[in-house]
Amino acid sequence: MEILTAIKRVPETGAKVSLTDDNLDIDTTSLGFTFSPHEECAVEEGVQLVEEHGGNVTVLTLGEEEATEQLRSAIAMGADDGILLDGGDAEWGPAGTAEAIAEAVEESDTEFDLLLFGNESADAANHQVGVRVAEELGLPCVTGIKDLDVDGGTATAKREIPGGSEVYEVDLPAVITVKEGLNEPRYPSMRAKMQARKASVAQSEPDPREDDLELVELEVPETDDSPAEILGESPEAAEDVVDVLEELEVV
Amino acid sequence: MVLTLVEHDEEGLDDVSLQALALARDVADQAGEPLEAIAFGAGAEDVAGEAGDHGVETLHAVDSLEEYAPEAYGRAVVQCAEEVGTEAVIAPGTDRGAEKLAHAASKLDVTMAAEVTDVEVGDSYELTRQRWGGTLIEHSRLTAETNLLTVAANEVSASATGGDAAAVEAFAPDLADGDLRVQLTSVEESDVEGVPLGEARVVVSGGRGTDGDFSELEALVERVPNAALGSSRAAVNEGWRPHDDQIGQTGAKIAPEIYIPAGISGAVQHMVGCKGAENILAINTDPEAAIIQKADWAVIADLHEVAPAIAEELEARGHSE
Repeated sequence: MEILTAIKRVPETGAKVSLTDDNLDIDTTSLGFTFSPHEECAVEEGVQLVEEHGGNVTVLTLGEEEATEQLRSAIAMGADDGILLDGGDAEWGPAGTAEAIAEAVEESDTEFDLLLFGNESADAANHQVGVRVAEELGLPCVTGIKDLDVDGGTATAKREIPGGSEVYEVDLPAVITVKEGLNEPRYPSMRAKMQARKASVAQSEPDPREDDLELVELEVPETDDSPAEILGESPEAAEDVVDVLEELEVV
Repeated sequence: MVLTLVEHDEEGLDDVSLQALALARDVADQAGEPLEAIAFGAGAEDVAGEAGDHGVETLHAVDSLEEYAPEAYGRAVVQCAEEVGTEAVIAPGTDRGAEKLAHAASKLDVTMAAEVTDVEVGDSYELTRQRWGGTLIEHSRLTAETNLLTVAANEVSASATGGDAAAVEAFAPDLADGDLRVQLTSVEESDVEGVPLGEARVVVSGGRGTDGDFSELEALVERVPNAALGSSRAAVNEGWRPHDDQIGQTGAKIAPEIYIPAGISGAVQHMVGCKGAENILAINTDPEAAIIQKADWAVIADLHEVAPAIAEELEARGHSE
């Protein structure tokens, strides 16, 4: 089967986030880049499906040329080749991003059976690119998936709800957006990373489109960092802990 | 007019829908417009009383679709919005809320603003919304012809107005076969027993400091009513707990009355998952751990000793499940 997975280059923000002087972006001077955990699972799922059913995984990203680094990381995980939609410095909103991806899919020589996306990007969290690509291409779409099984021309996808899972069955080709927990993404070997440097990455330059959601300013929220009241430094603090639980009337 | 998508079960409107109604009512008040709602499925009209109590004047009930079908629901939202002439469509920030509205946004060819926490209505919609799971706040301007937005879960307080029941109007969307390609096939019940993380009043959670031994934390959870056991991403990555237990940016978002992280350092991504907690009581051997700065109370000691001591004290005071 032919699988496309879409990823996005985002800053790695395990540490405290700081902003650029104009408050329009994250200051990445001391940060590395990655793609989001949901998308790592999308790539891993694509690779596992191809290992089971045969075929190819193509990984695609829309971003600056530096995003080739993330394409090669995905290729090191087992994707076969990459497509860079070079978006340059322009701001790409979800509508423009989805249009560019859908256009690339339509223009591709490959007929994709499955298009895998992260449920939402880690940075912008717009929750809609996968659905919009499906709408653009006239394909069915299931979102927020944590379990996926493909049998012939049918995908069975499960989404977690409190106390269980919703099950959806869709005919392929389809768009599926996934969440972390779907699988355990593999760590690429050094050999795979070296090979990924030589893998083929196709490149094109889509036309940006104006978005109706305009960024005005980013802000790092203030947090209450006042130290906790220390109840004790030994198991004897258990009495005070239970006092707290009784005060809150949860026991 | 402002139109709100609401979700319900046999017990009525869900919490996140009530939160969406609170923000939608604020938008409607600022715009000087009435608040209306759209509900789907069997029993949609039954929530008219509760919807009215939260400010809804008219409830559009779509009962012609038996099973949940995101694209069809999105089509129905578009048709309803066009028929009633709304300036905004507001949905709860749930999986279903986001996907229905994303379909509607694509069909209307406008952008959906997700994870919104505040709106100032003027010539455009000046939004405050969450990025990076809430570790970053975005101020942005939505200038679409119809403004579509989802309300971040557990960030806006629901509040009743004491209003009369909403007037119910049946709405029958005109659907094509293609809209029904994705429908809920079935629901599988989880074989995991106990209180779901998202509904627990008390959440006890373990991280790397457990060294993989969650037995004392499990025993503590069993002793507390309405309690659930969670974990950090580190514990999941180690294979100690299933991903379903993970609290954090890419895991569960919880809102208990008290959160008890044990042996968890308090990384930014973890705190995103528990920022809805009303109180935090941390157990950690490291007084310098970030979690101590985030907690209301802390015990600086080994969780393997403290958790059994808490369970014993609960038993001694007659608190038993």
